[in-house]
Amino acid sequence: MPFLPFVPLWREVMERTHQYALSGYLIALADDELILGHRDSEWTGHAPILEEDIAFANLALDEIGHAKLWYELAADLLGEDKTIYPDKLVYFRDAAQFRNIQLAELPKGDWAFSTLRQYLFDAFEALRLEALSQSSYTPLAEIATRIRTEELYHLRHSQAWVLRLVLGTEESGRRMQAALDALWPYARALAAPLPGEADLHAAGIVPSSAALFEHWSSEAIAFLQSANLSIPSSFIPHPSSLVDSRRVHSEYFPALIQDLQAVARLDPEAQW
Amino acid sequence: MVMMHMQAGVGAGSPRPSEAEVWAALSEVPDPEMPIVNLVELGIVRAAEWQGEELVVTITPTFAACPAYEVIGSSIRQRLQAAGAPQVEVRVQHSPAWTTEWMTAAARSKLQAAGLAPPPRHEGNLIQVLMEPVACPRCGSYQTTLRNNFGTTPCRMIYTCVDCKEPFEMFKPL
Repeated sequence: MPFLPFVPLWREVMERTHQYALSGYLIALADDELILGHRDSEWTGHAPILEEDIAFANLALDEIGHAKLWYELAADLLGEDKTIYPDKLVYFRDAAQFRNIQLAELPKGDWAFSTLRQYLFDAFEALRLEALSQSSYTPLAEIATRIRTEELYHLRHSQAWVLRLVLGTEESGRRMQAALDALWPYARALAAPLPGEADLHAAGIVPSSAALFEHWSSEAIAFLQSANLSIPSSFIPHPSSLVDSRRVHSEYFPALIQDLQAVARLDPEAQW
Repeated sequence: MVMMHMQAGVGAGSPRPSEAEVWAALSEVPDPEMPIVNLVELGIVRAAEWQGEELVVTITPTFAACPAYEVIGSSIRQRLQAAGAPQVEVRVQHSPAWTTEWMTAAARSKLQAAGLAPPPRHEGNLIQVLMEPVACPRCGSYQTTLRNNFGTTPCRMIYTCVDCKEPFEMFKPL
């Protein structure tokens, strides 16, 4: 098999403005994965059954691993060292500089809440990755293709658990409905464009989040209704979730970032 | 630096290993999480080529977030330096993405023999394969139930055999 060079040749052909815009887009995408992965990891040792402890630890590992791939691609675009840059972004940005949506950062809540959030996110991500795997920008399409098959297992898992919990006991059903009522207004932010999206979409590099959202909401509504959940009457976004949705964080976010970064910031020069 | 000094004696005077010797050495590096199979039969070694005095080995991790690949990198370096390569660099290449289709028949048999159900062949049609029944690697029964899409490593899932009552893991088709 011929040796494939790692020199990012496309950097020569991609317009500079697109390079910069795409790096911002990818960092926001990675932030979603990182923050959701962090919340998932909080179930380690606390899940209701052993299998689910294992499952959520794996979900967390996957999401954080996917974040790393996107951060590395952003590093390539910016001409940064990709062995160092992801850690710089994760451990040494302030909370206000993160671009994840609030859906990912809400506290893990009960088991129903975390499982339903995972489903809503996984179902959207499946569509976004499918679109990104068709990107005109090859390195992006390749990573999306890689991640997509792994995410298939996430969606299969979260979907099955949504059904089990809704159709399980009266209490599990009630908790699932409560989770949907709480999460639905935040899910609206999935429709908001990522940084730089308009130009990148025009260039065929990324999909339109609004279009993905239309597709996602019809799929998600059909699935949730098939599970006998009632869809909250309208898609009224939570007031802080849409306007500047990736710049404004919830009251819970600073504590999450503190938790995530505390050790790294104790000794920034430490070698791991 | 210590490594360089240690290897200087081996490399000096002896010819550098041939391509066949390099691949034979790579075939002796076990996967850290499933030591019964080696990296070559697992299908993660993409290329091994000389660039001047440096032997560049390219690997593709099984799962994007696989935590084992740093250990894999250092195992490769150690084994190839012991085989006489003066300098070894291990590069990670994510594309084309690794697939279980690259796992050899020998690796599948070894997994099966060790009680780990090998990944079914899917020829790109993953969804269809995931609907098909899975045979228990111990008793061969198809009366098996999926317990968990996730297992003890990112690449495994957990089943239970209804007939022999044993739990088992399957390597996820990817």
